[in-house]
Amino acid sequence: MPKKLTKTIESRTDNLLQIREFVLDAARTFGFSEEEASKIVLAVDEACTNVIKHAYHYAPDKTIQIVIEPNKDKFQVTIIDEGKAFNPTTVRLPNLKQQLTHYRRGGLGIYLMKSLVDKVEYKYAPGQKNEVRLTKYLSSSASRARH
Amino acid sequence: MADFKVHQRDGEGVSVIDLKGYLDAHTAPDLENAFQKLLNDRKFNIIVNCKELSYISSAGLGVFMAFIEDVRKNKGDIKLTNMSPKVYNVFDLLGFPILYEIYKDEQEAVIRFKEQKRT
Repeated sequence: MPKKLTKTIESRTDNLLQIREFVLDAARTFGFSEEEASKIVLAVDEACTNVIKHAYHYAPDKTIQIVIEPNKDKFQVTIIDEGKAFNPTTVRLPNLKQQLTHYRRGGLGIYLMKSLVDKVEYKYAPGQKNEVRLTKYLSSSASRARH
Repeated sequence: MADFKVHQRDGEGVSVIDLKGYLDAHTAPDLENAFQKLLNDRKFNIIVNCKELSYISSAGLGVFMAFIEDVRKNKGDIKLTNMSPKVYNVFDLLGFPILYEIYKDEQEAVIRFKEQKRT
């Protein structure tokens, strides 16, 4: 079983590429197809972009910690920051058609994130840290059938 | 090595933006600048060729949203072409094919612009 992997980076958008490579390697090793691995990678990119934008307001000297925990058929990525509370699970999902026809771009990232993985969870310890946990199962359809 | 490149060229009555590499929150401003320049030059018939675009996140998709209204108000359009299945899937997840014309090939988009000009 692959072990837990951790990476800590500064909260800058030029680090997104590095984050994606880190997650892609781990997802491939875990056994995901290229297509499924790229979905996780994009979901983590969206989560980290939200942290940089909304939790840290583009302050470049803060840190984001990414923890990958593979466990049986479950691949979990936790994104941890110490910025302002930002709970993506309570952000109202846009009505896509309405959103597009009114040319609004807010909320698209959260919509994508929720579409790409099986579970999005959020934990907030006031004044300490935010945690967004993304979970994807090796066989998503089989896993959904079990729940 | 740069992870994203935007190159603009002029075609037959259209302006073509070629995208290469990774379009994310870091590189999206480069594409915004390219669109802004075309709008400043009053070039509103725009094709975005995604042949060498290997990745897009919502920050990149947001750039298309930011300019399409202005472009269409000026009787132009942004048409997208040559997307890889991976990139197309992201556009598709967000319902973009409802709002944007997406073609397999750049030439198809050029022909469509010509047809629209005649009507």
